[in-house]
Formats: sequence, structure tokens, C-alpha cells
Amino acid sequence: MNNLLEVKDLSLSINGKSILKNINMDIWEGYVHAIVGPNGAGKSTLASAIMGLEGYRNFKGSIYFKGKDIGQLTIDERARMGITFGWQEPARYEGLLIKDFLKSAAKDKNDDFIFEQLNRVGLDPDDYANRAVDKTLSGGERKKVELASILAMDPDLVLLDEPDSGIDVETLDKMFEVIKEQRRKKRTIVLITHSLAVLKQADHAFMFCNGEILKKDAAEKIIPYFANKCIPCKHKNIPDEEGVELE
Amino acid sequence: MNETDLTKELSRITETDDIFRQPDIAHIFIHHHKVIQSHLLPGLKVDVKEFEDHIEVNTVVEKNTKIEKPVHMCFGMIPEKGIQKMIIHIDIHENASASFLAHCAFPNAVDIEHIMDGTVKVGKNARYRYLEKHVHGDHGGVKVYPHATIHLFENAHYYSEFELIKGRAGLIDIKYEATCETASVLEMIARISGKGDDLINIKEIAYLIGEKARGFLSSRVAATGNTRAEVYNKLTASAAYARGHVDCTEIIKDNGVVSAIPVVEVNHPKAHITHEAALGSVDSKQLQTLMARGLNENRATDLIIQGLLS
Repeated sequence: MNNLLEVKDLSLSINGKSILKNINMDIWEGYVHAIVGPNGAGKSTLASAIMGLEGYRNFKGSIYFKGKDIGQLTIDERARMGITFGWQEPARYEGLLIKDFLKSAAKDKNDDFIFEQLNRVGLDPDDYANRAVDKTLSGGERKKVELASILAMDPDLVLLDEPDSGIDVETLDKMFEVIKEQRRKKRTIVLITHSLAVLKQADHAFMFCNGEILKKDAAEKIIPYFANKCIPCKHKNIPDEEGVELE
Repeated sequence: MNETDLTKELSRITETDDIFRQPDIAHIFIHHHKVIQSHLLPGLKVDVKEFEDHIEVNTVVEKNTKIEKPVHMCFGMIPEKGIQKMIIHIDIHENASASFLAHCAFPNAVDIEHIMDGTVKVGKNARYRYLEKHVHGDHGGVKVYPHATIHLFENAHYYSEFELIKGRAGLIDIKYEATCETASVLEMIARISGKGDDLINIKEIAYLIGEKARGFLSSRVAATGNTRAEVYNKLTASAAYARGHVDCTEIIKDNGVVSAIPVVEVNHPKAHITHEAALGSVDSKQLQTLMARGLNENRATDLIIQGLLS
């Protein structure tokens, strides 16, 4: 298995609070990975650090993508190397048309290509291409547009933060369909989630708690632990001594 | 240039060549202080008085007249220097409806002043739309003063948009003041992008004096380079069920400076006005999303501004 992304000894504090503690992980090329854990475990922080988002660059340790240390690169430089990020609650843009939003990601692709990406996420181009990416879109529609723009970009690594957040069942099914399609195409996806349903889409998973990796294993092995230990846990982000194996 | 050549040049710049082939589209072309081309329709009357230092244009849409397609008004000056002063009165009579598309072209401006003092009256149950689109040169040597007093009678509808679609703003000084009677509806929208050392001043005032009158004032300004922009919006409601909203968004980049002064005043217990203003640099999440798709910061900012002003 080839490592597309490697995180080595990564620690990150924000406003004096330790959020990530000595994280080590390998993201294998062509697999769907999940970073799973309760709210506040540090999952989104790690994804933000990998993408180089504002406020998440001052970490200790290293991040390698395709063998290159990307710690000092800007967001757009990382994106041009092949990484992208899908927000839990995507940004809205007054006046910016969906087709132009997608074109900005697609680089020199024509309208037909853009319309194809909208179709892939279940949005009819006739209804959506000329609508603005603004507050007139529902949460589910906006998530689909976000996904379409990621498909238009066709990156090597996609970080999807809480892909099921704020969407209906139909949109979630469409999201899972796209993830399956991407797996078939050997694309690499990292799902950041606290949802069992999303975790079930992954091949491999990292179980986070309180800024640390508690377990890493095949998703099918993490699922019972997450369902039986993590979800019912009454003291979120204070790892239970019993049965916890820090790796 | 003769009048034919001037008309051709103005229509080329404003991309209005095709209107000459459509007899159901009224138009009037004014270069400097002279009408160089016009075509009117039944119910639309335009009376022009040409003077050396200004031009007066009195436009009437007669009672019950419905003009289906927008009336194109092309104002401009091809030379680099000069003053175009226009006094424009527009009177939309009772139950009439018309839409005007004003193309203002100063493509070579180095030192041009475009002064427009106007009045607009929209009669009872009448409908009026006015879209003013500016094409300027790249030198910023144009000063534009669109000033108008507007009166909406009972159940009248007024909609206006001011947009700079090409070139440098130079100096834009908008002053509109509107009075809205019972159940009338007013919408004023301005979208302007400044570069270099442009100056943008927008002053829009509306008085909702009639019951159920409604008003909406919206300004979108992008100030890049050393542009300075000031937006003053005042909306008052003094009658029952009058409703209004003031909305101002100004984005800065480089050394741009923006300010907004929203004034809302309500002096009737059953009236209601809201306002919102957002000033500052481009939203971080919007910017980072586009950068995460591979756009550099400048390109991402331009796309966000382009959307905001579209």
C-alpha cells in the first residue's frame, strides 16, 4: 500500500489548549479512510491542519503529501498538489453562479463537464447551473454543490468534514453513492465524522478521543468499538481507562 | 465624427447594435448635449431642449401605456475631455409601465464630467424600472454625478439599479431621494467596484410616508487599490404598516477604505424597518474554500467580488 499522506508526530495547541497530541497516521492511496470520534476530539482540527487552513498551521511535527513536506505550503499550493477539503457547513457566495463556482475548481473545462458533475450529485443542471451559491440554497443543496465542485476538481485526496451534517436522507444516499464511485476509481478520501453511518463507508479508520488516536484498524473492526464504547460513553473526550488501548 | 459615426461607436461600446433592427424597441442616443439618434413608440413622448452647456430631456409615458421592451437610453462622450450635463425629467403616468435601460459610455475619459440631475414621478398604479449601466475607460478620469428626486404615488412600483460594468469608477457621486406614498414599492440597488484612487459616494434616502409603503435600499461596493467609498442610506417610515430594509455590503482589498452610515427612522408604532451592513475584507471561509480548489488568493478574491457585484 502506498502512503499518499503521512502525518508524523503532529501536535497542535490553540489558545494554549492542546488539541492534537502526537498524531501519527498514514493515509493509503486508493482507500476510503475515516477519522472518527466524538465532538471535540480534534478530528476537524487535524483535517484543517492537513489543508493548511488559517489558524491551524502552527503545529509541531510534519505532514508529507506524495513524499513532500507540505507544512509550509499555502492552502492553494496544497490544493494544486492534489488535496482538497469539503466543509461541514460550506460557504455561501452572493451572486456567484454555481456553474462559475464549479468552473473555478475545474480548470479550463467546458460547460458540459460542469453539467456532468451536477448530474453526478443529483442536481439538474437546467435548474441549478445558473443559480447562485447563496442562501437561497438549502443545506442539502449546498452540500451537493460542494461535492460537485470537488468532483470537478478531481483531486488525489479529499478531506470531507462531517459529510452527513445538516442533510436529508436522500442527499446522504447520494453522498454515499459518490463515495462508492470514488472508491471504485481508486481515489483517496478521508471522512471526518462522529456518525456510524458514515464510518461504515470507510475501509480503514482512526478512532480519535481527546486529541489522540485510540485505535487504528480496518473500519469493520473499529465499528463495534465505536458503536459500543464510544457512542454510549458518558465522559466524552476523557478516554475510558477500561478497554482503551492507546496506540 | 459625424452623428452616424458617433451612434455606431456608442452602440458598439454599449453593445446595443441590435436594437436598431427592432422597431418595437424605443431608443434615444445623446452625445454630449445633442440627440444623435432616436426612435419612439406610441405613448412614449420625449421632448428635448439642447443648449450649449446642457441638455434637457422630458420623458412622458402616457396614462395606461404599457411599453413591453426596455427603452434604451444611450448617453456618452467619445472624446477624452468635456462635460455632459443632463437635466432629465421622467413622468410615468397612472397605470402606465415602462422599463428604461440607460447605457452611459465614457470609454476614453481622461477628464470627463457626467452630471445628471433628474426627477422621476411614478403615477398611481404605474410601474417603472431603470437600469443604469456604465462603461468607463481605464484611466479613471471620469466624474459621474447621478442625482435624482423620485416620487411614487399610490401603489406605484419603482426599481433602479446602478452598475459600473467596465473600467474605472473615477468619481461616482450618487444622490437619490425618494418619497413613497400609500402601498408604493421602492427598490434601489447600486453595485460598484473601485480601483486605483477611485472615489465612490452613495447617498440614498427614502421616505415611506404612505400606509403599506415599502422600501429597499441595497449597496454593494468593492474597494480595491486606494479606493475610498462611503455609503449613506437613510430610510424613514412614518405610516402604518410601512416596511423597509437597508442592506449594505462593502468589501476592501489592498488599501481600500470603506464606510457605511445606515440611518433608519421609524415614527409610527406600526411601521418597521431593518438594516444590515457588512464591511471588511473578503470572508475567510469563502476565500479558503476557493483556495482549497486551487485558486490563488488574488484570483479567489476577484471571483468573490465579481459575484457580489453581479
